[in-house]
Amino acid sequence: MPIVYKPEYTMAALLKLDNVSKTFGDREVLHGVSLEVAPKEVVFLVGPSGSGKSTLLRFCNLLEHPSSGAVLFEGADILKQKNVNALRQSVGMVFQSFNLYPHMTALWNVAIALRLVQRKSAREAREIAHHFLAEVGLAHRGSAYPAELSGGQQQRVAIARALALKPKLMLFDEPTSALDPELVGSVLDVIRKMRHEGMTMLIVSHEMQFAREAADKVVFLDQGRVVEAGAPAALFGNPQQQRTIEFLSRFSLAGSHG
Amino acid sequence: MDAVLTNFANGDILAITWRPLLAGLAQTMLLSLLVIPLGAIAGLLIAALFVVSAGLARVLLMVWIDFFRAFPPLVLLIYLYFGAPLLGYEISAYAAIAVSFTLNTSSYFAEIFRAGIEGVPRGQWHAARATGMSWLQSFFVIVLPQGTRAVLPDLLSNIITITQLTALASVVSVPELLHTAQLAQATSYNVTPIIAAAVIYLALLWPLVRLMSHLDARRYSTKLSAAATQRRRRQETADE
Ligand SMILES: Nc1ncnc2c1ncn2[C@@H]1O[C@H](COP(=O)(O)OP(=O)(O)OP(=O)(O)O)[C@@H](O)[C@H]1O
Ligand SMILES: [Mg+2]
Repeated sequence: MPIVYKPEYTMAALLKLDNVSKTFGDREVLHGVSLEVAPKEVVFLVGPSGSGKSTLLRFCNLLEHPSSGAVLFEGADILKQKNVNALRQSVGMVFQSFNLYPHMTALWNVAIALRLVQRKSAREAREIAHHFLAEVGLAHRGSAYPAELSGGQQQRVAIARALALKPKLMLFDEPTSALDPELVGSVLDVIRKMRHEGMTMLIVSHEMQFAREAADKVVFLDQGRVVEAGAPAALFGNPQQQRTIEFLSRFSLAGSHG
Repeated sequence: MDAVLTNFANGDILAITWRPLLAGLAQTMLLSLLVIPLGAIAGLLIAALFVVSAGLARVLLMVWIDFFRAFPPLVLLIYLYFGAPLLGYEISAYAAIAVSFTLNTSSYFAEIFRAGIEGVPRGQWHAARATGMSWLQSFFVIVLPQGTRAVLPDLLSNIITITQLTALASVVSVPELLHTAQLAQATSYNVTPIIAAAVIYLALLWPLVRLMSHLDARRYSTKLSAAATQRRRRQETADE
């Protein structure tokens, strides 16, 4: 049975976290967080270590389940959805530590899910993988194994791996934190390009200079709560909350690279 | 010197016994080819169950693995082969060997596979699942190949041990290599067939032992080079 969306509904959030909480053991690490990402919007999630950023991100592709609250993707509650693997093809994820498959070439790192999940032929999977490696500037490194690539190249392969499934939303969990400073730029360039092409993104990052430049919205999370959220100019230029001010003072925005 | 040769390396005796000894070797290899895959597959299954299990199920699996690793396979074989008829079941020697060896060796295989699988970083699972792969696809295509590679020397060592253990089949009169050699020794009143069997065992297993040492050395050197890379990384960060 086809689902008919009302016209105004397509304008609504692509992703909506509604009052989500998470308890590990008897410790609640997220306390009723709500957050929306509109189509084509780039939202940055910032906050100190342990504030729950990764956990929140992992709700969005169900690598983690919230203890309470709802997660809506394209208006549907994904917690009630049967086919998790279908959802995961629509939501790409990039990790801090790349997590490339060390026993496969760069090309097959990208191609394997096309082959196994989307059931493409080996030839088609390789062609698509090659296309997306080219997109991240690595057309010539397809036959290299992850160990033979620099950190920046590995992370770009990981981005290609996620993009190849044609996701509607991309999640980034500190994509540049594990990189040597001189390699950060190449990864940020790829994210800039994706933004330019209209990709919807939710990004956890400590690159404040980059957030200021690339974000449509910045959300500051502390101790499992949203303390403040808004446009980057407002949040960085004129933070309202004491905790936001303290947190931002740790970053000298002028000296940051990328 | 002559006496030694006559008793331990007697050419005439060898001339009569080499055919049965080779048949014994064939039996030994056949038994190995039966019990090694059985044990490996069962062990992999147990390891996979262990990885997904939690709580009481995990404890029970652990008890199962420990029990069959500690319980002597020879005793298990004798209980099965000579005990089953007392309960009214006839069981063939091969069936008794298959069951008792699988129980014993699968527990060792399970321990090895478990260590390999658990050594694979969690991030590999997350990456695979995040692209929509099922648990089984993630396990067999992403995690298991990496986990297996890491424990290859241990797997090989286990395979060598199992091949040696097939000599236990002589107690249920399967004409494998040791049993054949013992029979030949008893009928010829000469140790030569036993010595010949030992040489055959050596020839069969020595290449595997060499391969294992080679893999072990490689595992050690990759660990060393990984450590060197990390040291270099730290140095570079410190230099900044
Ligand atoms: N699987 C888990 N079991 C128990 N506690 C967990 C688990 N995962 C996360 N936590 C805890 O939840 C809290 C939030 O963790 P999370 O990883 O989401 O923080 P973060 O904001 O991403 O931090 P960082 O900047 O260090 O990555 C932390 O206190 C962490 O110890
Ligand atoms: Mg984190």
